[in-house]
Amino acid sequence: MSAALSLVDVHTHIGRYHILQGVDFDAPAGKTTMLLGRNGAGKTTTLRTIMGLWRASAGRIALGPTPLQSLAASDVARLGVGYAPETMAVFSDLSVKENLVLGARVGPLDDARLAWIFGFFPALRKFWLSRAGALSGGQKQMLSIARAIVEPRELLLIDEPTKGLSPAIVGSLIACLNEIKATGVTILLVEQNFRVAREVGDEVRVMDNGRVVYRGKMAALAADEALQNRLLGLSLDSHQ
Amino acid sequence: MSAVDAGGALPRRSMEILPALTPVVVALVAAPFIGSLSTFVTLTAAGLAMGMMIFTMASGLTLVFGMMDVLNFGHGAFIALGAYAATLVLLPLANWSSADSVSLNLAVFLLAVIVAALMCGVFGWVFERLIVKPVYGQHLKQILATIGGSIIAEQLLYALFGPAQIPLALPKTFEGSLIVGEAAIEKYRVLATLVGLVVFAGEMLILNRTKIGLLIRAGVENREMVEALGYRVDRLFVGVFMAGSALAGLGGAMMAFYRGQVHATIGGEFLVLCFIVIIIGGLGSVGGSFVASILVALIANYAGFLAPKLALVSNILAMVAVLLWRPRGLYPVSGR
Repeated sequence: MSAALSLVDVHTHIGRYHILQGVDFDAPAGKTTMLLGRNGAGKTTTLRTIMGLWRASAGRIALGPTPLQSLAASDVARLGVGYAPETMAVFSDLSVKENLVLGARVGPLDDARLAWIFGFFPALRKFWLSRAGALSGGQKQMLSIARAIVEPRELLLIDEPTKGLSPAIVGSLIACLNEIKATGVTILLVEQNFRVAREVGDEVRVMDNGRVVYRGKMAALAADEALQNRLLGLSLDSHQ
Repeated sequence: MSAVDAGGALPRRSMEILPALTPVVVALVAAPFIGSLSTFVTLTAAGLAMGMMIFTMASGLTLVFGMMDVLNFGHGAFIALGAYAATLVLLPLANWSSADSVSLNLAVFLLAVIVAALMCGVFGWVFERLIVKPVYGQHLKQILATIGGSIIAEQLLYALFGPAQIPLALPKTFEGSLIVGEAAIEKYRVLATLVGLVVFAGEMLILNRTKIGLLIRAGVENREMVEALGYRVDRLFVGVFMAGSALAGLGGAMMAFYRGQVHATIGGEFLVLCFIVIIIGGLGSVGGSFVASILVALIANYAGFLAPKLALVSNILAMVAVLLWRPRGLYPVSGR
């Protein structure tokens, strides 16, 4: 079983802006925790702060017993944290294969794991030697997630993976996330699509104005329409 | 078939060929105006040799700028240091250089360029730690700090070697010319072309066939993501800076042999040309720098013959023309 993630009173400043204003939550080990909230609530900043791409100005972040808040991004990744950013950040000038080779930091690409990934994202096999920059938006998203899971991870941070994807690809992605979860990986997933959140989430944390304002079970939030409307408002209606 | 091999028959990445053909187009356009075939061959061979030396100097700069986003105006100091380092080998081994032995001549030449590259690599490490590291991400301060570092380096060279030019004779084997038909091609130009090609092949091999090369190419595009994959980009930066400095030193030594003398101003002279080349080639692109170096050198040579006054501004005109055609250079790198 992988390690749990916890954030205690985490603050992040970007320039003169105080973005995270005391974020407190945990993501239980081996579960998928959804991080929901309106645009600008601080979800992406939270993932980037956990990853070490932005330094927390105060507070404590831990993966199991290991504090992360003072580590560089490379050291966080070396603890087994995979990250698929909202921007996908695939290396456009590198081929699909080369992107995945870089994702496999510890060793060479594992054929069995690649076959498992190709099962969800067959387009990656098809365009294996093509430039990543030539892929469609959905294919880049697949590559970004594949790169994050090309090696076994303790914790996966995934930022809005379904943004701009067709329903068919979203279905593959849901299957992929559920299979990853079944391997015992802890997942923290930022998502605007409530259908996806409902299908893959075990836990949910809702953010607003740089703080977590709700913690609970995803099933409970999915069953309570009034609570959804109060916490997520219009953003929910537009993404159902 | 394994999953990794599965893509063997699938579409490969394609490389745009048109920008790579620009030097050929320039040569074909210039040929009828030059008239004499022997003159054309001589000018072209000289242009290729000059292009290879410029490429050796500029490829380090493009990697440093492309990957580290560092405007290193101190690059010229390493060109000058490389030139002086060559004299440190050549002067005490003058008898090897003047001997009637190809192997001794070649040995002293190789020793000189290798020492130049190694010395510049080591000083590159010092320069990166002391001057560049404190100003990462701050372009204005980078310009000021690296220009300052460059001035200090130049003055140190004056203090150590004196203000006078130091003669640097070519090893005997590389003196004189090869006669091809009616054209005379200096032997050293052939050697410089070969060294440049070896440097280019080596760089392309490392960049395309090794994981370090993949990391450098990925880092040029998105260094933050490289770090988020668990790679220590800061260490990679130091390595790239050292390699870039070593290449500058190698190019400086080659150029010093070509000119037959060394002076600290050689760095400043070629720094501007290096910047022109990496802009024409596409910032961060080694392949682009290779094509741009040949293009710039050929244009300068042909212009020097056909319209000497135009030669003074030929590099700038070439840059303007290329940027009007391809605003991000011949081979733009994504994310730049």
